[in-house]
Amino acid sequence: MQIMKFHINGKEMEVGRELAEKRLVEYLREDLGLTGAKNACDIGACGACTILIDNEPLKICMRRVKDVEGRRVLTIEGMAAPDGTLHPLQQAFVDAGAIQCGFCTPGMVLIAHAFLLQNPLATREEIRKAINGNLCRCTGYQQIIDAIQKAAPHYQRDNISRDNAGSRACNTVPSFRR
Amino acid sequence: MTDPKSKAWRNDAYAKVTGKAKYTDDLKFSNVLHAAPVYSDFVHAKIELIITEDAENYPGVMRVLTARDVPGANHCGQIVQDYRIFADDKIRYHGDVVAMVVAESREIAIRASRLVRVEATPLPAVLDPEQAMKPDTALVHANHGSNILNTHKIRRGNVEQGFREAAFVIEEKFQTQFVEHAYMEPEVAVCVPRADGVIEVYGSMQHPFSTRRFTSACLGVPLSEIEVVGVPMGGGFGGKDDTAAIVCARTALAAKLLNRPVKMMYRRDWSIRESYKRHPYRIYYKMGVTQDGHISAVQCRIIADAGAYCSVTPWVTWRSTVQCCGPYQVENVQCDTCGVYTNNVVTGAMRGFGSPQMNFAIEQMVEIAAGKAGLSGVEFRRRNMVRQGSLTITGQRLDGHKVAMEQVFEAVLGEMDYAAKVARCSFGKSDSDELYGIGLAMSYRGVSLGAEGVDFCAAIINAQADGSILLETGIHENGQGSESALMLICARELGVDISRIRYRRASTSNIPDSGTTVASRGTIMGGGAVTLAAQELKNKIAGALCEKLHCRPEEVRFKDNCILGKTNKISFDDAMKAMFQSQRFPYAFGVFKAPRVTWDEHTGQGDAYFTWVYGCQAVELTVNKKTGKVKLLNAIAAHDVGKAINPEMVKGQFFGGMAMGTGFGLQEEIKLKDGKITNLNLNSYRIPRSMDMPEMKAILIENPDPVSPTGAKSIGEPANEIMAPAIANAIYHATGQRHFSLPIRMAGAAKEAPEEECRL
Repeated sequence: MQIMKFHINGKEMEVGRELAEKRLVEYLREDLGLTGAKNACDIGACGACTILIDNEPLKICMRRVKDVEGRRVLTIEGMAAPDGTLHPLQQAFVDAGAIQCGFCTPGMVLIAHAFLLQNPLATREEIRKAINGNLCRCTGYQQIIDAIQKAAPHYQRDNISRDNAGSRACNTVPSFRR
Repeated sequence: MTDPKSKAWRNDAYAKVTGKAKYTDDLKFSNVLHAAPVYSDFVHAKIELIITEDAENYPGVMRVLTARDVPGANHCGQIVQDYRIFADDKIRYHGDVVAMVVAESREIAIRASRLVRVEATPLPAVLDPEQAMKPDTALVHANHGSNILNTHKIRRGNVEQGFREAAFVIEEKFQTQFVEHAYMEPEVAVCVPRADGVIEVYGSMQHPFSTRRFTSACLGVPLSEIEVVGVPMGGGFGGKDDTAAIVCARTALAAKLLNRPVKMMYRRDWSIRESYKRHPYRIYYKMGVTQDGHISAVQCRIIADAGAYCSVTPWVTWRSTVQCCGPYQVENVQCDTCGVYTNNVVTGAMRGFGSPQMNFAIEQMVEIAAGKAGLSGVEFRRRNMVRQGSLTITGQRLDGHKVAMEQVFEAVLGEMDYAAKVARCSFGKSDSDELYGIGLAMSYRGVSLGAEGVDFCAAIINAQADGSILLETGIHENGQGSESALMLICARELGVDISRIRYRRASTSNIPDSGTTVASRGTIMGGGAVTLAAQELKNKIAGALCEKLHCRPEEVRFKDNCILGKTNKISFDDAMKAMFQSQRFPYAFGVFKAPRVTWDEHTGQGDAYFTWVYGCQAVELTVNKKTGKVKLLNAIAAHDVGKAINPEMVKGQFFGGMAMGTGFGLQEEIKLKDGKITNLNLNSYRIPRSMDMPEMKAILIENPDPVSPTGAKSIGEPANEIMAPAIANAIYHATGQRHFSLPIRMAGAAKEAPEEECRL
């Protein structure tokens, strides 16, 4: 088969096999113009390239395009509603002052999104643990954790999968149980 | 945009949280070439030959550039022009760049870079700064005549007499480490030649004007032929000055020579290898204390490892010298400071700029002294701290602003319930495995550049005929939120909604050179300029419209998007329309000049800074008796910020500074083996992660400063300069052990933190 298929931000993509070995982060950034995933360490140490694959966070700087074949990919560009309205988690990042230089922000939002989908009732300490693999040099994490905590109630509703970004981001997720 | 009153507000938050913000590497240009630097494996060597042929012949390579291709100045620097665009006579450190490969793709450039060979004669590597100062040591820069790059001194009172008056004298040696800024975005530049001959520079750098200076000098063209454009930047912390400017200069050189856009995106290992670090200090500190617990004399010797090039070492070490006694009144002081060239990695500006190292020593010295005097650290500080009207050790009277040392100190003590908690500290004894300790540290800090250099800043407010407003200043957005703070100031001054204002993408071709966005000067200097521009604009509008408003110009008021006379008002929109119709531009240019400072280099006396800020931080922690693991439980900071323009972002500076200070105290260290850095990525250079940090609390103290047009002062660096000594003091209270070197390594803890396994 000369074509690989996957979903990205709710859209089905077809990609020629010749791109199978291309670095996924470069494919997203260069071929698709999805520059929200950042390339900052190349070895999976910092988390700035974090995206979600079937709602699981993945640092993609060492991954290849073929690794997402048949999977559902969510990048930061797929979080907001099509009309630009921010996902409640994004809005919480804005309101809590969780953004400074912003370089870690896409990865932070996505890892928090994946975590809250599974753990909508998480404690502050659990949130702190969940983002431990994603580095931020600006904020000391305090307001990032504030933001995630602030957004958690939005995930505590059963209809999360129909929430704006959710319709594209989470439509493969079975409605989570408490 | 969110409501600025109740929540954090940033003009770039939406772009950043949606991934739409375009950082330098995200920008797209057509026909772009890619460049990669070439290093050698030497640490100190005389260059004989750089062989580039194999790389040049590699398919896809356009050109390999070396020092001989630089048409202008190959030497650059803000103080001493000893930094090389490309290494020429010698290799002086392992991060020296000998050549640059420009190719059709980044991958090709990187592959071909391995084909460049350097033939060189190794020279003895100078790796210890104190050894470097000895006369028989090899010279890093022969033309400088010595490895001693610079010296500063303070001579105040009579230290001999001060020590004679002392009831006891304590002497300790402190040592700090090389620290990496670890901005999340590595250095990157894209340079685009324009048809009119101008080179546009987009880069991850925090100093557009020195980038322009370096680039124009390197290319041998006037400043006007280089346009450095502001781009969102993934963190700087002082670290994106010289090195980042040189990355831009090299890229611009390639763009000019090949007449095509060129991008050079640094890998993390290149960034850590080449970029300058925080200076490691050796501090020999001697303090005399009288019977009643007053510091009678301080004598200190400070040796800073400058690495291979000057960078801003003389400025960094000057601040260390001026602040060498911390926020304490000492009448007899002798301080001798020197920056020393070595073949280690270059050192330069990093958030704190010579203060974090000094405070690590001072804030432990005062506690050691307190213990010996039979006083608590709190009481000892109360007896010695600067107060309203005190003289600093450089003879500057602290007045003209609120001296808030005691205020921030008491705020932290109260909020922490410090006195009760310090009594519960373990001092090495505990029934469980965990030893408990609490510690604090405080500092004062001269605001902005002080006597380091010329200090003034420009702002342009350009109101449009429809009532919308464009704002631009000479301050650079490093990620800290400077644009947002300046927009808030502009809105408040003009009495308009912030939604009217857009921050114009800054360009060195538009706004005058306003210096560096460093020294925690963005809000005070940029905000000052915006305020003065707003006042000028208001004067213009009042003069033009006072007749319509039936009042005198000085009676015109600006409020709620309206311009008010005594009895009537005009909407801001109509007012701007009226301005244009009467052939008047509602345009104003504001300049804020820092008040005068003085300095006598021979005595080390003078009014070093035009104002000061005061801060105190405290931390609670446990130390595991068996593993030596330190766990922070809680941290509180109080800083007098003058006025908090954007309070949530001010808190962000507190928390980020405390985290960086935690890394400085407990975990971060650039390790060098024979002059070569061994931890070149973020798995082995460990910055604090979320689980390394405790819950933090920020106490904003606001004493608007009369010399600041907005009342605001500084927070970026103050927040980062006292966490390490607070931790050291807390560890002492937990274990009974003092630590004199950074990062603090606990007995029992694994000697080397294992290289982190990357979870992908």
